[in-house]
Amino acid sequence: MKRQRKAVALISGGLDSMLAAKLVKEQGVEVEGINFFTGFCVEGHTQAIRHSKRDKIKRNNALWAAEQIGIKLHIVEVIEEYKDIVINPKHGYGANLNPCLDCKGFMVAKALEWMHQHDFDFIVTGEVIGQRPMSQRAETMPIIAKESGADDRLVRPLSAKLLPPTLPETEGWIDREKLRSLSGRSRKPQIAMAKDYGYLDFAQPAGGCCFLTDEKYADKLRDLWQARGDRDYEFDDIMLLKIGRHLRPKPHFKMIISRDAGETRFLHGYRKQFISLYPTSHKGPLCLIDGAIKAEDLPLASSIVARYSQGRDAEEVTINIRFPNLHEQELNISPLSPKEVQRDWIL
Amino acid sequence: MEELDTRHLLCPMPVIKLQKRMELLTPTDRIRVRATDPGVLHDIPAWCRIHGHQVMNVVELEEEILIDVEYGGADK
Repeated sequence: MKRQRKAVALISGGLDSMLAAKLVKEQGVEVEGINFFTGFCVEGHTQAIRHSKRDKIKRNNALWAAEQIGIKLHIVEVIEEYKDIVINPKHGYGANLNPCLDCKGFMVAKALEWMHQHDFDFIVTGEVIGQRPMSQRAETMPIIAKESGADDRLVRPLSAKLLPPTLPETEGWIDREKLRSLSGRSRKPQIAMAKDYGYLDFAQPAGGCCFLTDEKYADKLRDLWQARGDRDYEFDDIMLLKIGRHLRPKPHFKMIISRDAGETRFLHGYRKQFISLYPTSHKGPLCLIDGAIKAEDLPLASSIVARYSQGRDAEEVTINIRFPNLHEQELNISPLSPKEVQRDWIL
Repeated sequence: MEELDTRHLLCPMPVIKLQKRMELLTPTDRIRVRATDPGVLHDIPAWCRIHGHQVMNVVELEEEILIDVEYGGADK
C-alpha cells in the first residue's frame, strides 16, 4: 500500500507561504503548518496595543492562513535560539538589522528538526525566486537548502519549475507539473491565485513580517546594544522596543513613555521590573526607566514625563516615582517646554 | 479547573503557552486561560478550531479576559 506522504509547511501568515502549502495539499499530501515566533514578528494585535488602533483586526495571520487552507498550525517559540541569528548573522544584515538569509536557513533547519521528530517527509516554503533582495534570489535558494540540511527535501512550490527537481518530485510524491514557475517581485500572479482559491482577506504587511526590517525599530535596538555595551537582548527588551515613545536624555538611562491608554495598560505590567513615573496631578502617560538612573536625574525625567502629560502648560505637575521595591516618592516639577526636549534624545 | 496565567503577554505567547499545556491534557479536560491581550479573543478560538478543541466560555472583564477551553481529543 502506498504510504501517505506528509509535509511540514512554513507558514508566515503572508500570502506566498499560504499558496505554497495549498499547492502541495491539493496534491493529496498531508500538510501541517509550522510558524516560528522569534519575538520580532509583526502582528496586527501587537500594534493594536495602541488604543487608537483598537479597530484593527486582531488576528494572527498564520492561524488565519492555516484555517483557510484547512491544516493544523504549530506555533513554536524560538526566542533564545534566534538570538544568535540576530546578533551574529553569518551572511550579514539587509537594509536594517534583518538577517534574512540566516533567518530563512534557521527556520528551515528548525522545520527539518520538527520533520524528523514527527516522521514527516519533506518541507514546503513560500519562497519565490527574486521576490526579496537578500534571501529570495536564485543564488541563495541552494544556500538555504544546503546550510539548513534540508537539501532536496525542501520544496518551493511557487518557483519549483525554475529550480532543480527535489526528492518529492523525483519520487513522485508530488507532481512537478502542478507546481508553479513564479519569479520576480510582482505580486500579480499570487494575487490571481489567491482569488482563484477564494482567499480574499489575506495579509499584505507593507514592511514585511519582521520588526528587524523596520528602520526605527533597528535604530532602537542598536541604541540598546550601545548603551549596554553588549550586543545582547532579553525578550522583554525587544517587546518594549515596539511600544511607546523612547527617549534617551542621558547615556545611562532611557525613558519609555506610553502614548495612549492601551500602551499605559501594557507598560503597567512591567512596573515590578522598572522604576516607573506617572503624573498624579494631571492625566498623563506611564513611563518606565530602562538603565541605571541616578537620584539627581529624577527631576529631569519627571519634567519630561510632565511635558507629555495634560499638565504640559501648567506651572507644576506632580509626578509619582515608584521603584521596583514598591518604595514611592513624589516630585512637584515644571514641565519641559517642547524646545527643551532635545531632538537627539528621541530614538 | 486548571488555570493558565498569560496576563501581560502579547499574542502569540498565550497561544504558545496554551498549546504546550494542552499536550499534557486528555480529552474532556478543561483549562481556563487568563489573559490581558485582546488578541486572544481571536487567536485562541482559531487555534482551537484548527486543532479540534472547544472554547466553552469567554468572559471579558475590565482588566482581563477569561477563556475556558475543553480538550477535544483530535490530537491524541
